[in-house]
Amino acid sequence: MSGHIHKDYTGAKFGMWLFLFTEVLLFGGLFILYSVYLARYPKEFISAGKELNVWFGGGNTLVLLTSSLFVAVSITALRRGAKRLCLGLLGATIACAAIFMLNKFFEWSAKIHHGIYPGSEHLKEMKHGEIVFFNLYYLTTGLHGIHVVIGALVLTWAMFLIKRDRVNANDWVILENAGLYWHLVDLIWIFIFPLYYLILH
Amino acid sequence: MSEQDVHIVPYKTFLMIWVALLILTGTTVAVAQFHFGAWNIWVALGIAILKSGLVVAVFMHMKYENRLFRLALFSALAILAIFIGLTFVDVLYR
Amino acid sequence: MSDLTATAGSDRGFFGEAKYPGIFGWIFSTDHKRIGLLYFWCIVTFFCVGVLLGLLIRLELFAPGETIMGPQTYNATFTLHGVIMIFLFIIPGIPAAFGNLIMPIQIGARDVAFPKLNLFSWYLYVSGALMAVISLFAGGGPPDTGWTFYVPFSAQTSTNVSLAAIAVFLLGFSSILTGLNFVTTIHRLRTTGMTWMRIPLFTWSLYATAWIQILATPVIGITVALLFAERVLGAGLFDPTQGGDPIMFQHLFWIYSHPAVYIMVLPGMGVVSDIIPVFSRKPAFGYKAIVVSSIAIAFAGSLVWAHHMYTSGMSDLAVLIFSFLTFTVAIPSAIKVFNWLATMYEGSILLDPPLLFALSFILLFTIGGLTGLVLGAAATDIHVHDTYFVVGHFHFVMFGGTGMAFFAAMHYWLPKIYGRMYDKTVATVSWGVIFIGFCILYISMMVVGIEGMPRRYYDYVPEFTGLNQLATVGSWILAIGLILMFVNIFRGIFNGDPAGANPWGGASLEWEVPSPPPTENFGEDDPVVTHGPYDFKNAGIL
Repeated sequence: MSGHIHKDYTGAKFGMWLFLFTEVLLFGGLFILYSVYLARYPKEFISAGKELNVWFGGGNTLVLLTSSLFVAVSITALRRGAKRLCLGLLGATIACAAIFMLNKFFEWSAKIHHGIYPGSEHLKEMKHGEIVFFNLYYLTTGLHGIHVVIGALVLTWAMFLIKRDRVNANDWVILENAGLYWHLVDLIWIFIFPLYYLILH
Repeated sequence: MSEQDVHIVPYKTFLMIWVALLILTGTTVAVAQFHFGAWNIWVALGIAILKSGLVVAVFMHMKYENRLFRLALFSALAILAIFIGLTFVDVLYR
Repeated sequence: MSDLTATAGSDRGFFGEAKYPGIFGWIFSTDHKRIGLLYFWCIVTFFCVGVLLGLLIRLELFAPGETIMGPQTYNATFTLHGVIMIFLFIIPGIPAAFGNLIMPIQIGARDVAFPKLNLFSWYLYVSGALMAVISLFAGGGPPDTGWTFYVPFSAQTSTNVSLAAIAVFLLGFSSILTGLNFVTTIHRLRTTGMTWMRIPLFTWSLYATAWIQILATPVIGITVALLFAERVLGAGLFDPTQGGDPIMFQHLFWIYSHPAVYIMVLPGMGVVSDIIPVFSRKPAFGYKAIVVSSIAIAFAGSLVWAHHMYTSGMSDLAVLIFSFLTFTVAIPSAIKVFNWLATMYEGSILLDPPLLFALSFILLFTIGGLTGLVLGAAATDIHVHDTYFVVGHFHFVMFGGTGMAFFAAMHYWLPKIYGRMYDKTVATVSWGVIFIGFCILYISMMVVGIEGMPRRYYDYVPEFTGLNQLATVGSWILAIGLILMFVNIFRGIFNGDPAGANPWGGASLEWEVPSPPPTENFGEDDPVVTHGPYDFKNAGIL
């Protein structure tokens, strides 16, 4: 099992999963707060939730789900020797990340333009539950956005290594781990979407 | 266990899961339009759990990993659930 | 350190085989032993800084009113004392230093699973420490909130809480990566014959600890990030004027910080579990029970955090339930104490320094644990919450417990790492002075706490003067003991007689390699294990 400079495929993947657990618990803290405040301010969460645009949210959901498809397929492609297809798919994944961030930029700009952002005067005049909702919204989607950027950078780095054949059909765990990280980013959004955009009743 | 023995997921499988995810997304948006009162959030969460289950099992390969990975994931989720649950013992009964 | 690296050759083990010249051979090294020593020296340095701050607190409290500093400085001093001791000494302490130094050797591995990540963990530790130091001197002045950073004060104070929040985040990230590395290492890199039930109890304790590091630490990460957001962005999730709940800060804070005390104590228990059998010349009694109790402590310890919050205003039902759950954590800890004592019973006792420190762990941790029952029972806690009784309690378990275990680990394993032995008589004397000073200092605290003296108060009523002065004198005796101990240990490891591969007669793998160990721990071939870690007969010790 142990030995001089060895490669441990299962161990590398296991380590990545452990890191993903820490990310789940990190966002978990925000979900703890969300659940507590939802229970405390059910009506205000609904009224504030209606201010969010389900097209932005739903659109971004579709973008991330598709990006997950791309990165998953890219692994099969690499393992089957289709290196160019793999790189194309990874490029498409990163393009999805860019679209997501662009969407987010428009969404946030619109809100900020209307004076809805943490610490704003307009926010202070809202009901307490609504202020909480928007603070949580910005912090959660902001933290998620940071992770989208990190994920895109990680995938870019993986693309670079694949181009140089450092990651290939015989040694692809780095791509797999990069993919796992990207799927986590998708997973977090799968929960953010209904909790923030579909609180209508 | 050699890396080469690791199961390769066919393109078609990924595509089918992706379609299922799109359908579930549509479903959750549709269901949200109806008045189920307190149940709305639980239905939404239920669908989200289903979607994430598909992503974890197939996209993230968990279905094909050894039991230790599943046990570890379960532990992490269980701990988060306990954190939320015990916090509610305070928040709900103030 | 420099004279060791200068000498090449196999008698200096891994010291003689640096990949890069000079200091770069250390700060760019991915060798778990070098990283372990980098941690060790940083950790000892910060411990000494923390001790200094503690001595300053005791000086101020020598008499009522102002003695050597004003109230603002006092608040900053006890805050820094807590932050440094907790985040820079005790939490990383045994895992990052001795875990890195010894654990891979104990399981027959060449290194940890992710050596580069290991070095990165140390860089994160140093960055976090740097941030903490910067928060001392930058604009707003050192934080004055206490190490618990409770809102609303921490959100409003002009002191450098934001910088301290960044420091805690970095240090937490360091802890998380170490935990991740250790879990993977223990699962994947055990050598042939090193079955789960042959793993030394120290490594088992690190395994349980690592799971807490992975699952609990992210919550403090998000908590300090939210505190930062409230201060810098005005996003008041804990601010009542914005609909927030300050008690939610306490929940999130303690969801990590309670399991954190098990991150602190489990490795200490692991050190004791390894030392007791060796110095009793008897296999560990109830090996399986000790393993199971370690995992049980890790799990049960995650269910009890709100016992820090009985007086916060949370629901009566929560007070009841958390109090009940808190009592369950005592059970696995007690199991360990019984097993240690049963190991020693009818053993052949060698009263060497490692055992002395291990024994004082058992006594002082037990006392601390019993006072924990007073705190865990909500009814009695109401009277002693935020008094010096609490301060006494946690110093008994963290200092009398983990601190003593850290000293035990030093006396037990540093001769292996450096290949030289310290003066055992002086070590014994230093232990005695430390023990006496410790008891005078912290028993006084517990008494004055029951009498009603609050913690974190700059001043006190004249009735408390006698016990405060006694405590301060105790702190001086303790400090003398610590100086004696450190000077003796350092002189020993740099100038002492060669220790040999197995000065204590241990049967776990680290005692089969030379002292200091070679770079990849073992020779050409991986070791093959044929007996348990306390099987002194089959290891040829008995």
